[in-house]
Amino acid sequence: MLRYILKRLMIMLVTLWIIVTLTFILMVSIPGSPFNSERGTNEAVQANLEAHYNLDEPYIIQYLLYLKSIVTFDFGPSIKQPSQTVNDMLGRGFPISFELGIMTIIVAVISGVTLGVFAALKHNNVIDYLAMGFAVLGISIPNFVLATLLIQQLAVNLEIFPVARWLSPAHMILPITALATGPMAIIARLTRSTMLEVLTQDYIKMARAKGLSPWKIIIKHALKNALLPVVTIMGTLLASILTGTFVIEKIFAVPGMGKYFVESINQRDYPVIMGTTVFYSSFLIIMLFLVDIAYGILDPRIKIHKKGGE
Amino acid sequence: MKLANKTPNSSLPPSEVPDEWFTWKEQDRTASEAVSRPSLSYWKDAWRRLVKNKLAMAGLVFLILLVIFAVFGPIFSPYDVNRQDLPNQYQPPSADHWFGTDSAGRDVFTRTWYGARISLFVGLMAALIDFTIGIIYGGISGYKGGRTDNMMMRIIEILYGLPYLLVVILLLVVLGPSLSTIVIALTVTGWVGMARIVRGQVLQIKNFEFILASKSFGTTTSRIIRKNLLPNTMGPIIVQMTLTVPSAIFAEAFLSFLGLGIQAPFASWGVMANDALGAILSGNWWTLFFPAFFISFTMFAFNVLGDGLQDALDPKLRK
Amino acid sequence: MDTILEVKNLHVTFSTYGGTIKAVRGVDFHLNKGETLAIVGESGCGKSVTSNAIMRLIPDPPGKITNGTIVFKDKDLTALPEKTMRSIRGVDISMIFQDPMTALNPTLTIGTQLMEGVRQHHRITSDQAKSKALEMMHLVGIPNPTERLKQYPHQFSGGMRQRIVIAMALICEPELLIADEPTTALDVTIQAQILELFDEIQEATGVSIILITHDLGVVAKIADRIAVMYAGKIIEVGTKREIFYDPQHPYTKGLLKSVPRLDVTGEKLVPIDGTPPDLFSPPKGCPFTARCPFAMEVCDKVYPVTTEQSDTHKVDCWLQDERAKQLLAASAIKQ
Repeated sequence: MLRYILKRLMIMLVTLWIIVTLTFILMVSIPGSPFNSERGTNEAVQANLEAHYNLDEPYIIQYLLYLKSIVTFDFGPSIKQPSQTVNDMLGRGFPISFELGIMTIIVAVISGVTLGVFAALKHNNVIDYLAMGFAVLGISIPNFVLATLLIQQLAVNLEIFPVARWLSPAHMILPITALATGPMAIIARLTRSTMLEVLTQDYIKMARAKGLSPWKIIIKHALKNALLPVVTIMGTLLASILTGTFVIEKIFAVPGMGKYFVESINQRDYPVIMGTTVFYSSFLIIMLFLVDIAYGILDPRIKIHKKGGE
Repeated sequence: MKLANKTPNSSLPPSEVPDEWFTWKEQDRTASEAVSRPSLSYWKDAWRRLVKNKLAMAGLVFLILLVIFAVFGPIFSPYDVNRQDLPNQYQPPSADHWFGTDSAGRDVFTRTWYGARISLFVGLMAALIDFTIGIIYGGISGYKGGRTDNMMMRIIEILYGLPYLLVVILLLVVLGPSLSTIVIALTVTGWVGMARIVRGQVLQIKNFEFILASKSFGTTTSRIIRKNLLPNTMGPIIVQMTLTVPSAIFAEAFLSFLGLGIQAPFASWGVMANDALGAILSGNWWTLFFPAFFISFTMFAFNVLGDGLQDALDPKLRK
Repeated sequence: MDTILEVKNLHVTFSTYGGTIKAVRGVDFHLNKGETLAIVGESGCGKSVTSNAIMRLIPDPPGKITNGTIVFKDKDLTALPEKTMRSIRGVDISMIFQDPMTALNPTLTIGTQLMEGVRQHHRITSDQAKSKALEMMHLVGIPNPTERLKQYPHQFSGGMRQRIVIAMALICEPELLIADEPTTALDVTIQAQILELFDEIQEATGVSIILITHDLGVVAKIADRIAVMYAGKIIEVGTKREIFYDPQHPYTKGLLKSVPRLDVTGEKLVPIDGTPPDLFSPPKGCPFTARCPFAMEVCDKVYPVTTEQSDTHKVDCWLQDERAKQLLAASAIKQ
């Protein structure tokens, strides 16, 4: 198990290093970036940037200083809003995005697993077809399309929910629905197919032969095994939810990090783009690492596999 | 000897069985050995199963129609894609403008087919490039094996951990938005999944003893490839390609919606949806509805077709 | 001897896209207390379906018991509600499956899986359940049971896993144990050990065993009586002696000729030609006719009645008819 964790940790660090370096190289290579000398920004910004990035130094020194600033979690100043640093924006925006993301994941996992399990138990029944039809639709409708349709129907036409902003639980329902539908559909499909496979296993038959009640069999024997693959895709789902927050926050005017990020892209505020990318990538890569570890803990077989097989 | 009093139903009591039936029967041994089901070729069998899948066929028909409209739709339209006609802004769908007009008075019907061209182009190009890189990388990795394979797989494992859309966004910021940059950005990380699958298939091929067996029977190479290799390896690759298309279409629409993809006034479904954001509050639903409908249904069609192909092409499910 | 289980005229069908499979077509047999009955036949002959029917574990849909009774200790199992059936499964009747690699849940410890059966059916504390589990581990011969209880299935060898499966089946002290191909997936040396374990357990607990197998070697070791199944019917039943030394049905004879024997020297192995009939539309006469070296016109037309060789030995074959015996004698003279 320790070896497995160490191996995952190594991969995580290398991935982090690659994304950080890639960001630096890309930023150095575009005109108008903070690393480029021909930029036309005002005096105050100029001074901020000079101070932060040591632009007089050669690239290699800049790179090392940049690495240091990232390790110390200092993402530097913004170009467009000289009074603010990227850290200020992250501090304000990220908690809101995090709240949105966490609630989305909870909703997606609970509803997706429930839907998948019921579809599997009612295999080839109307419930199964309805649930899976719903799931394919959920995968196919992009979150930003769903979000705009939800606003139009439920907020503008029927006036059940507020159109935008992030103030009360009522404000949260539409953004979370729009963001959670896709992941929910993916989880539902995966849960259903693994559940169907698990239900044909001999150990399920054995559990029935022991005289266990159907619910006990499903919860104790089937569900845990069926959910293991769901854990493995959690990393990918997290990434898609996170990028999803960009558009959802834009559409619903939620003052989260995604909104700042989109604004910074439109205004070509490179330090903010860079800082946010590095921050989000690190966050995701660490999450991916944690998911891997969780999987190792949940599946007792993995310890042996990794020790013997690798 | 005494007879048991239990008699299985559907049988005459022995006393009523005529004596002349007690003669030896001529046996045709080959009859019981004959295989009753005609053997279908792999592709025919797969096609037969795909046709039976109504949802997948509906998806296929939708996509064929979409391609036809994308190619010919704009030709038959009297309107220019980008020509603005402000007096005629926000016309609801009518005989003149089938899908209505948008905020700049542009014809939504015409723009929808231009958007279809872009979506299909991005989707197909992404699938094709992924396929090419994936075949080469995965092929080399699987074929060489050993340390080369190990190294190449480590690289894949690391790339796999990179947050895909963030990298794409970063690239688009740097390269500047355009159609070709979108395709490049999407394929920079997109090929990883395909390479994994191809490698897995190549490893499988290497272990097929039946290939050696067929060779020793003097089977020609092309026959081996047609009958043995392709059915056993192409299935997952085709399915992966089919499922790459909708995710690329989604990514293009997503990026255009964020303002990073195709730039207005050029039409793409993502751009159209983004333009329509303000319009939904004022009730001009058609400006949003048509691009939203076509993005969703094109992805839906590719998804169900991919699912159908997966079921149809999996030799293990063959019965 | 007391009869513990009596199966009468059992029919089981499966509805599939291609049509209805008549997997079991009128099976009769009984089992005495404390004895081992082996049900022998080729794969697909309906022997596993029969055993699943006794446990009422046939997946419905597509499977269904369409006719017949299964009387276990004066109760007809086919008529019991599912809930009552659940209180019988694992307590009165237990089952062992073919592949110990898949019969254990990979993500639960052996201890959990052993104890959940007793805890389901008896109100006992977890300490009592644990000591019961340890007792069972000891009975089936697993060393270091206390530590082993905390381990997962993948940490055990195939033979050890099968021992655990047996322990799981026996933990509630059932009166009837159904073993479906319990040694097929194991190495030959392990097979012998597991068979020996069955003998020991039967001696210690007095459990009755139905052994489903296609392996006559296994049968020779532990069965008291043998029922031979072919195409959804029991075509011959008798004591081990009667079946091995005085087989009557051509199929039984064929089966015996197709396996090596140590007690008969200088004998050639003869495979049975052909394949069993399609159970979508089984023949109305004897299903073995097409492969039978002694097939007569009558065999195709009418299913033979059951004739008794002795109190214990019964066979379904037209060759038992007087007229067939005359025909055989006439042919012998000609040659």
